[in-house]
Amino acid sequence: MPGQGTEASLTVDVVFWVLAVSSIVAAFAVVHMRNLFRAALFLIVSFVAVAGMFVLLRAEFIAAVQVLIYVGAISVLIIFAILMTGEVESGSPAHSLRIPVGILAALFGLTAIFVSVDTEWRILDQFIEAGLLSAGATAQVRDVFSNTIPWIARMLVQDFVLAFEVASVVLLAAIIGALALIRER
Amino acid sequence: MSYEIHAAGILDFGSIYAFIDSLLPEGLDWLAFTVGGFVLSFIVINALVMSTAVYTWFERRTLGRFQNRLGPNRWGPFGVLQPIADLVKLITKEDTTPDDADRWVMTLAPVVLLVPTLLVVAVVPFGQDSFLGRLNIGILFVLGVTSVNTIAIFMAGWGSANKYAMLGAMRGVAMLVSYEVPMALGVVGVVLLSGSLALFDIVEAQPIPFLLVQPLGFLIFVAAASAEMSRTPFDQIEAESELGSGYNTEYSGIKFALLFLAEFMAPLINSMIIVVLFLGGTRGFSPVPGQIWFILKTFAVVFALLWVRATWPRLRVDQIMGFAWKGLFALSLVNIFAIAIEVVIFQDETGAITAGQMWIMAAINWAITIAAVVVTARTLGQRKLERRRASPSPLANMYAEAD
Repeated sequence: MPGQGTEASLTVDVVFWVLAVSSIVAAFAVVHMRNLFRAALFLIVSFVAVAGMFVLLRAEFIAAVQVLIYVGAISVLIIFAILMTGEVESGSPAHSLRIPVGILAALFGLTAIFVSVDTEWRILDQFIEAGLLSAGATAQVRDVFSNTIPWIARMLVQDFVLAFEVASVVLLAAIIGALALIRER
Repeated sequence: MSYEIHAAGILDFGSIYAFIDSLLPEGLDWLAFTVGGFVLSFIVINALVMSTAVYTWFERRTLGRFQNRLGPNRWGPFGVLQPIADLVKLITKEDTTPDDADRWVMTLAPVVLLVPTLLVVAVVPFGQDSFLGRLNIGILFVLGVTSVNTIAIFMAGWGSANKYAMLGAMRGVAMLVSYEVPMALGVVGVVLLSGSLALFDIVEAQPIPFLLVQPLGFLIFVAAASAEMSRTPFDQIEAESELGSGYNTEYSGIKFALLFLAEFMAPLINSMIIVVLFLGGTRGFSPVPGQIWFILKTFAVVFALLWVRATWPRLRVDQIMGFAWKGLFALSLVNIFAIAIEVVIFQDETGAITAGQMWIMAAINWAITIAAVVVTARTLGQRKLERRRASPSPLANMYAEAD
């Protein structure tokens, strides 16, 4: 079937660089655009590129959820909020803190890059190739990566169901709190 | 005569990949898949665009029939060639842009609307081995991709710098965001029963159509889907009598054609998804191949949606939002609880459910559905307007009494 055995090929590299460059360029555009509406649109481009990254990492479920929640819901709320403000066309003017903030962001980015390059990542494929995993463990790893959804489901609503439910209760409390704050008296 | 998926040899996409592979020298499998993928995507997309063109004629003709008029009937037999005339008209028209418009945003909006609509087709299984992408996340992909439409409508409304377009977009986006919730929750019942998000697994898991097993889920999904494609009971986006033409007011020429291509393609694609989720997809009776069954079922759903469109009047904004949040949302929670409990009761150790057990579930679910719909209609539905009893006006017999 198509779509199998594509790891570490030229196509994956090309797709990775396209996604990486577009997500970073879009993120820059979000900060630099004076037009708030366009900035929000570039934020969406960045979200979609990150979803593409998740697909490359074989986490299709997270990619779909990323598009569904960030692109379909959060961005829409952001745009709604932007349209409620008065100056959409020039709502993001230049200010004096620009340079220090830029330096801080650059420092943070460089640190993140250094850490991720310097860390010795324990990649499962290398373990399998080196024969460090038992046959059963190898089969399990392959099973997880062939279809991640049942494993996510098992984690989410079986092993860590309490944390999951507590998180949803917290969100519910936040919703009710927001409604109570804006309620007309 | 069994209700199964019938392979059709040459129609299957897998055999096309194999055919291209046989033409190429050894060791070029990846090229076969690449070429085959491009060829198949090209065929599928163009077939979809062509059937959308035919569908516009079909819809206008059928609506005409419903409304006791003829519909397009000038060019070709029964006016079949009308879509070509429309296309020529739209392409040759001047493409105007308002002075205040945000040019980039306005130009990109039709593309952003069309691309997700086309992307959905990638996961639709047209036959046993006929799909463009074998995605495990199937239905989640469909939901995620269709949610991008919201952004496109925002872009169109904002970009064209027109108050009617903006109002239409605002209303439309509020509606689309609300109806995404019942749509996703309506799918949950199907996913619970079939135990998979992948569309081909969902088809395999239907020994009897899920329409019979969970009618409530079907009703919720169809209502939410017709709201998502903003068709008449829910066409707040382009309420002609109130908003000019809604978010597409300022569009003309080829951009308008693209917007309407996406708009008319949505019913076809939504019908395909409904067929896969609730009508057993490519399942059918031999010797007719699965692809043909798929097309027949899709046509039936398209016609049913058209019937709904022709019959119901447009709802008011507050009625639409109330229906989503008070009606469909509550009903979909009832559906999820019912299906989840039944699945836990009926499934064996491997999680499988037999056809016989599905019939029992169907009986229970029909009872639940009728009860739930009646209760919702009683609590939400508006009472008939009470007319005052006609009492004669005091002036009515003025002259008679005077005499």
